[in-house]
Amino acid sequence: MLTLYARRRLINAIGLGISALAMLFGLIWLGWILWTLLANGLPQLSMAVLTQMTPPPNSTGGLLNAIAGSLMMTFLAALIGTPIGILAGTYLAEFGQRGWLAPTTRFINDVLLSAPSIVIGLFIYEMYVIKIGHFSGWAGALALSILVIPIVIRTTENMLRLVPNTLREAAAALGAPQWKVINLVTLRAARAGIITGVLLAVARISGETAPLLFTSLNNQFWSSDMNQPMANLPVVIFQFAMSPYQDWQSLAWAGALLITFSVLSLNIMARVLFRQKSTTY
Amino acid sequence: MPTFLREVHMKRHNLLDILFRNITRLSAFTVLVLLVAIMVSLIIGSLPSIKAFGFRFLTSAEWNPVMDEFGALVPIVGTLVTSTIALLIAIPVSFGIALFLTELSPRWLRRPLGIAIELLAGIPSIIYGMWGLFVFAPLFAEYVQPWLIEKLGPLPIFGPLFQGIPMGIGVFTAGIILAIMVIPFIASVMRDVFEVVPTLLKESAYGLGATTWEVMWHVVLPYTKIGVAGGIMLGLGRALGETMAVTFVIGNAHELSASLLMPGNSISSALANEFNEAVGKLYTSALVELGLILFLITFIVLSLARYMLYMLTKREGSTT
Amino acid sequence: MSVEKTVNPKLVVRDLNFYYGAERALKDINLTIPEKMVTAFIGPSGCGKSTMLRTFNRMYELYPKQKATGEVLLDGENILDKKQDLNTLRAKIGMVFQKPTPFPMSIYDNIAFGAKLYENLSRHDMDERVEWALRKAALWTEAKDKLKQSGTGLSGGQQQRLCIARAIAVKPQILLLDEPTSALDPISTAHIEKLIDELKAEFTIIIVTHNMQQAARVSDYTAYMYLGDLIEFGDTSTVFTNPKRKETEDYITGRFG
Repeated sequence: MLTLYARRRLINAIGLGISALAMLFGLIWLGWILWTLLANGLPQLSMAVLTQMTPPPNSTGGLLNAIAGSLMMTFLAALIGTPIGILAGTYLAEFGQRGWLAPTTRFINDVLLSAPSIVIGLFIYEMYVIKIGHFSGWAGALALSILVIPIVIRTTENMLRLVPNTLREAAAALGAPQWKVINLVTLRAARAGIITGVLLAVARISGETAPLLFTSLNNQFWSSDMNQPMANLPVVIFQFAMSPYQDWQSLAWAGALLITFSVLSLNIMARVLFRQKSTTY
Repeated sequence: MPTFLREVHMKRHNLLDILFRNITRLSAFTVLVLLVAIMVSLIIGSLPSIKAFGFRFLTSAEWNPVMDEFGALVPIVGTLVTSTIALLIAIPVSFGIALFLTELSPRWLRRPLGIAIELLAGIPSIIYGMWGLFVFAPLFAEYVQPWLIEKLGPLPIFGPLFQGIPMGIGVFTAGIILAIMVIPFIASVMRDVFEVVPTLLKESAYGLGATTWEVMWHVVLPYTKIGVAGGIMLGLGRALGETMAVTFVIGNAHELSASLLMPGNSISSALANEFNEAVGKLYTSALVELGLILFLITFIVLSLARYMLYMLTKREGSTT
Repeated sequence: MSVEKTVNPKLVVRDLNFYYGAERALKDINLTIPEKMVTAFIGPSGCGKSTMLRTFNRMYELYPKQKATGEVLLDGENILDKKQDLNTLRAKIGMVFQKPTPFPMSIYDNIAFGAKLYENLSRHDMDERVEWALRKAALWTEAKDKLKQSGTGLSGGQQQRLCIARAIAVKPQILLLDEPTSALDPISTAHIEKLIDELKAEFTIIIVTHNMQQAARVSDYTAYMYLGDLIEFGDTSTVFTNPKRKETEDYITGRFG
């Protein structure tokens, strides 16, 4: 009897020990990757990185045009994707109790949420780039906006569902029409959560490379023309990192550091924001 | 307010109500349109290739742009093999992490640790690729691969999987990097479903004298198995479609090799590397067809994942 | 009572205090629970009766910031001692909860689960043990043809008897019942109460209930608790018909609050 129990305790100790190791395993990669970024990227960071254009091989330069391009495309993608996402999420949460459209949309949306982003790039290439005949900033923004929509829909619906029904009823009882109840009361109550969703979506797309490869491509020069191929941080990093030139590789590390820390800060910001709000419900 | 004004007001409100409802409905409809449009555009784009190769496209390992002869077998196998390696590593590790976060960790550590794991999911995939190519692969080639080749290479059945020369990059490396990338997804789903297990159920098992491990293994895991499977499928969906991390380290060779240590190719990295340089209608179309195949595979896997997760929440709803 | 039963102390509680963080939920409790009898804890919500039960198998240890001081002696041995192994303790002291908690496995496996933990039984012995436990829990006739079916498919009352069978299959010395009928209909409740009466021949039973009639029907001894204090403890008939304390009388006659 004791041996059986001793064996069980041993299995328990081993199992729990391995579980702690697994936790450590996860943290080690995180620490290692972040440390690599700091060690390789920090020495490369300088004002030049933020003020100069991407250079030709074997000469110095910066990432200004890539950073500007990324900001523009990310901003436009959020601008296109957010309203559609919020409206569709509102439909799912507020009008979606009956009929086939809401459950179908919810399901498809959840699938699109993790669909391969390179396929989205391919889609915009087929639908838009081929038609206009060249790569462009708009194509990149469109591809990114397709990644934004599912994230915003998902969070908007979830956040609206957290709003207590009594709040809706209270507003409706005052004689307010539904569109006013939703716009002035429900969406407002869920505001912090929805902003969190938008932030998470922005964080997700600002690191995306694959959908931009066939849409905005890259541009070695400064361009604010959305109808032209547009430089952007991820594709520049990809191109520079894979190149044999030392200068390019250094800039790739600087860009990698910039992009990772902006994405991670956006992530943390989103979580902090939502946490503060969620305690007040 | 005079009654006629009030009526005008009411009418306007009714109109706005209908308008608002239809705008939101239209937005929801956009999602369906998107899915259909993606499917249709990919199918149209791959028509030349489908016409030229038919079913042979799936079974041929030939990939010869000069001769305009294309087959998808190598990238399909590469995608499936890297994802399988990723899951074999990620599933036990994710279970360990979820177990640690729900049962073992001190309460004050849970949130920071949970956020740390979620940050792992937040790191852009291109960073994984760079890190994998410049940091991980050289170390892997120097310390791990020689050992694998020496110890596992001569084995009878598994041996061929681990033969070759230590190059660092290759299918196995890509699988490992993918594993690190999907761990946070699987671990978060597992943690979330473990947390919906009723306290009383766990207490009942503890009340019989079961150890923490036994409670997890015999009670919590069976109770949440559908959700856990859903989480794994979700991770699989991510692994199948991941592009940048794989492109950096897989080696991009259109060759079928028995060894996991040799370079290979995946659907997404073939697209990333070749699409912009593809000349000729058939070459482009063959690549689009690869994209279509990838989309179909991930669509099926992700649908299954979502279905399983819905089943779990449905059961939760019925018992409370 | 015509036949005087011999009363052996099974569980002796001395100066027991319990804390949820800084909040003191049990205050200097002293009492002796007799062997092979039914002892009931009654009192309004939050009086500490469930907390008391959870100190007896140290279920509170699962949660941070919960702490018990004092002594709880099981056959003379202090179970609150740091050296006490929690798993063996819980195998000796079984527990049944407010709601039925069948594990997601077959009826047979549910019952075998606990028994397997401590004994290496052969297939045949395990079959016998399962049948024994099911008979004790008055579930054998209903369940014998569907042992391979999931335990979650039973009705609420049957599930609760399954949980009792699962607890006694480990052959514990004490059975803790935490409001075992609060989620059941009156007929199932009557079943369980009858069962408790039969089980006390072999087990020491401690039941927490919010239902005073139930305490009066099933228990030999009753403890009335209020706000973490043990107000009165004694023979059930005495506590209900001739309470020593005014507070107890107010509660059981419904004049409370």
